[in-house]
Amino acid sequence: MLQLSILAPAVLNGLMTGAVYALIALGLTLIYGVLHIINFAHGALLMLSLFGVYFLNRLAGIDPYVALVIVVPAMFALGYALQRGIIARTSHGKDENVLLVTLGIALIIENLALFFWRSDTRTIDVPYAFDVVDVGFTFLSVPRLVAFGAAFVVAGLLWLLMSRTDLGRAIRAVAKERQGARVVGIDVEHIFAMSFGIGTACVAAAACLLLPTFYVTPQVGNAFVLIAFTVVVLGGMGSFTGALVGGLLIGLVESLGGLFLGETLGQIGIFLVFIAVLLFRPTGLFGDRT
Amino acid sequence: MSDNSIRFRPVSRRRVLAAGAAGGAVLAAAGTVPRVLRAQPAAIKVGLLHPVTGAISYSGQQARAGALMAIEDINAAGGIASMGGAMLEPVLGDAQSQPEVGAAEVERMNEEGVAAIIGAYASSISLATTQAAARYDLPHIVDVGVSDQIVSRGLANVFRFGPGFGKIADTAITNLVTINEAAGSPARTVMIVHEDSLFGSGLADLLNARLPEHGFEVLDTISHPTPTRDFNNVVLQLKARQPDLIIPANYYNEYVLLARTMLQQRVQPKAVYSVLGGAASSFRFLEEFPGAAQYIMDCNHWYDPSNPKSAELRQRAEGEGLYFTYEFFLDYCCVGLLADALERAGSAERPAIIEALAASTWDGHIMPYGPTEFVDGQNQGARPVNTQILGDDIEVIFPTEVASAEPVFPMPERG
Amino acid sequence: MRAQRYLPIALVTGGLALLPLVVTSNFLLNFLILTLLFALLGQAWNILGGFAGQFSFGHAVFFGSGAYATATLQIHLGVNPWVAMVLALAVGGLVGAMIGALSFRFRLRGSYFALITLAFAEVFRIIAHTADFTGGGSGILIPLDLRPANLQFEDKAGFYYLVLALTAGSLVITRALQDSRLGAWMLAIRENEDSARALGIDSFRVKLVAITLSGAMAAAAGVFYAQYFLYLDPGIAYGVGYSVEALLVPIIGGMGTVFGPLIGSFVLHGVDEATRGLTGDAPGLNLALYGALLIVMLRFLPAGLMGLAAQVKGIGHQRRTRQAHRLKEAGDA
Repeated sequence: MLQLSILAPAVLNGLMTGAVYALIALGLTLIYGVLHIINFAHGALLMLSLFGVYFLNRLAGIDPYVALVIVVPAMFALGYALQRGIIARTSHGKDENVLLVTLGIALIIENLALFFWRSDTRTIDVPYAFDVVDVGFTFLSVPRLVAFGAAFVVAGLLWLLMSRTDLGRAIRAVAKERQGARVVGIDVEHIFAMSFGIGTACVAAAACLLLPTFYVTPQVGNAFVLIAFTVVVLGGMGSFTGALVGGLLIGLVESLGGLFLGETLGQIGIFLVFIAVLLFRPTGLFGDRT
Repeated sequence: MSDNSIRFRPVSRRRVLAAGAAGGAVLAAAGTVPRVLRAQPAAIKVGLLHPVTGAISYSGQQARAGALMAIEDINAAGGIASMGGAMLEPVLGDAQSQPEVGAAEVERMNEEGVAAIIGAYASSISLATTQAAARYDLPHIVDVGVSDQIVSRGLANVFRFGPGFGKIADTAITNLVTINEAAGSPARTVMIVHEDSLFGSGLADLLNARLPEHGFEVLDTISHPTPTRDFNNVVLQLKARQPDLIIPANYYNEYVLLARTMLQQRVQPKAVYSVLGGAASSFRFLEEFPGAAQYIMDCNHWYDPSNPKSAELRQRAEGEGLYFTYEFFLDYCCVGLLADALERAGSAERPAIIEALAASTWDGHIMPYGPTEFVDGQNQGARPVNTQILGDDIEVIFPTEVASAEPVFPMPERG
Repeated sequence: MRAQRYLPIALVTGGLALLPLVVTSNFLLNFLILTLLFALLGQAWNILGGFAGQFSFGHAVFFGSGAYATATLQIHLGVNPWVAMVLALAVGGLVGAMIGALSFRFRLRGSYFALITLAFAEVFRIIAHTADFTGGGSGILIPLDLRPANLQFEDKAGFYYLVLALTAGSLVITRALQDSRLGAWMLAIRENEDSARALGIDSFRVKLVAITLSGAMAAAAGVFYAQYFLYLDPGIAYGVGYSVEALLVPIIGGMGTVFGPLIGSFVLHGVDEATRGLTGDAPGLNLALYGALLIVMLRFLPAGLMGLAAQVKGIGHQRRTRQAHRLKEAGDA
């Protein structure tokens, strides 16, 4: 009965946490949808972006939201280069090799971060970090609300990009039929790298929105990478709407699971939902049914 | 706080080089001494085994830095006098936050001929390393590893300088009762928030068993994984049940998130009384979130503030761009403990060192433990200390003989 | 000649069995023990992934179940560790059969199968974290009692022979599989499951056998880990680390080959040790270098080290045709 009074705040809270998961999963789902690779470096790239935001704030006093205009393009370029320079060259078209290459990249990035920046937990101090909106029955954190809204904006922008631009059309063509796309003159390698770059840019955006309420260490990516995979599968690999809804849903499941089963056992809800989706609807909630 | 950039340097590597250079300088100096003087005795290798990469690398790196500084100091002061001024030579190991890697490092260190091993921070790693070292009767000083299983397996080579779970839980409860009674017993209900591995759950079990004996009612025990990404739900539950006391026991990152969320959601208990709280007695936490840190109490490993050496050591650590954390000073002391044993053993033979450690009555450390006394490998005087964050410093509030401030309890309204 | 097919295994095992006579360094012996342990775990993955073509990201679920089974049977039921080991293999096989039955019944393939194994490993980890009989987050400690009857050895060599016996067993099983119709069916499914079914192969049952066998083998690795280190917690037993290790070793060594996992394990652990030597004590640098070398290996050895061996032999073949029959053997060895 006591628990019922916190049900509503817990639901809101789950949705806001879920928005962050969605932000991180958006990039992953794009990369999976186009390249069909499971990108193990996604967590490491998130960590690198977080460090970028952190240093911009600490050394140059740049607000994390302003840092979007620096970190996002920088990470896009890095993602593009990684795909073009390393992943494409080492994968030989084999999925298992791609997997291990991204694993290798993650090892390099994480351990170089550890070497150069040590594993101290770093946080930034922004004036609005503790700001809340009083909605009567609970306080909602302002930076988390911002992230919540941003998840929709990013998903919307990605949708526009994919449906309204030539690049988007080319990406979709490559995702569906890479040989055919090549035949009609699309530079498939370039499109692959663009997709990886955009996926990485998404995770950079997530980093800018996350850091005001979180922290960064060289290992921080591991906290999110499994969840992001779950969201991608739940939503349907390659679907932006799916990633958004999937993220919110996973946030909700985690929040309510934590409330009723305890934080430790509650995590099991995420994976049970994940298994159920794989078994009964392997294309995910919004996946292509082909 | 204005200049955090000094903290970004890869200090460990630099310090290793510095230590090597210092050792080299001493050797070089010895080389210039006329040959008629006695030859420089062979250096004594000391294995420093910590998880400097992986999930708990921050603690491992802090511990390594503390041990290295101690070795530098001992060498600068002339090494082990009874062995002709033999220098200590660090042999560094990385357990990569995994027990089996830690055990493999013990094998390597054994082959390199270390006289003793100091480490391995985490309980799970220490269980593996002490057992591996036992095969070679290799003395192993456990720096932190609070699980009491480490010293209850009858391994003669194992010595733990700091306190274990049982002792920490007892002290935490005794001091809590004292603080509460002194204020007219305003606190009766408790909620425990703990991380769910060996350290947090072991502690929570002990607290759950013993708190009711002292008239406290444990409303709920919330366990959470490490890492936990969001604490709003936990805080909602705290807010709904309104316990007088909140007892967190978790690692640094989770502690910071929890404390920040509590402040944000305006949770107002009579006290936040941490037991081995990851950030509750951390200068970094205090510096970065003074608001969220204010009035937090902690029962944790802590130095004796009345010992002048502790202030000096803290200054030096901070001069190196390091925070003065318990990993740092516990490992610093463990090296001193070993050096004292070597001094009395007069030999780097393992049985002699084990014997000397077992008979140790060393009081040159900065901990409020009194002279060391080992029974079955556990230092009997080892005990945790209660601290409270007051203003811009971390004050010791218990035990009274080393206290630097009076406890502020119940805590005033925080804004 | 069937016996001849086992000759390389006998030679390799025999050679490895002689090592403790010359290797006096316990550090090296420990290195060999861990290398064989991961070869065993990699072989388990190889049967399911390399032969039957079903990629798992969650082999820790079998490794951990084997480890926990042996530990809990000893501690709570007082079962002799040798008996517990056999039972633990059964538990590993059972977990494999359960996951297999569920996911293959629902026709999960490719990355969907990979992800469901990952999810199961997480579910098991969380259960181990909250259950009482596993000791929860505090983990489980097997009492130190170094007697062979107890499956604990005073001498490192004892552990070495144990893991060598298990690894040799895995090599023999894999070779037998390779020569059997079951193995041929697995390969057919790997190459094209739909055509295999069209040929009348019961792909569900074949894959089920593969995952059961694989689960039991990975459980053997878990049992060895538990006996060697005597401590388990959910993060150790069911962590992502072993799942990654299990697939890394055969992919680098050569998937779908008998010796691939063994070779992969030696190379990867050799590289791991070498990078430590090269980079000194700076935290993290060795692992970064390891990652870089991993990428380089993938760049130049697309079919793993066994693929390279086959390639080298292939060049010889053009000149010396009389070795044709031996080449064929080497090509799929």
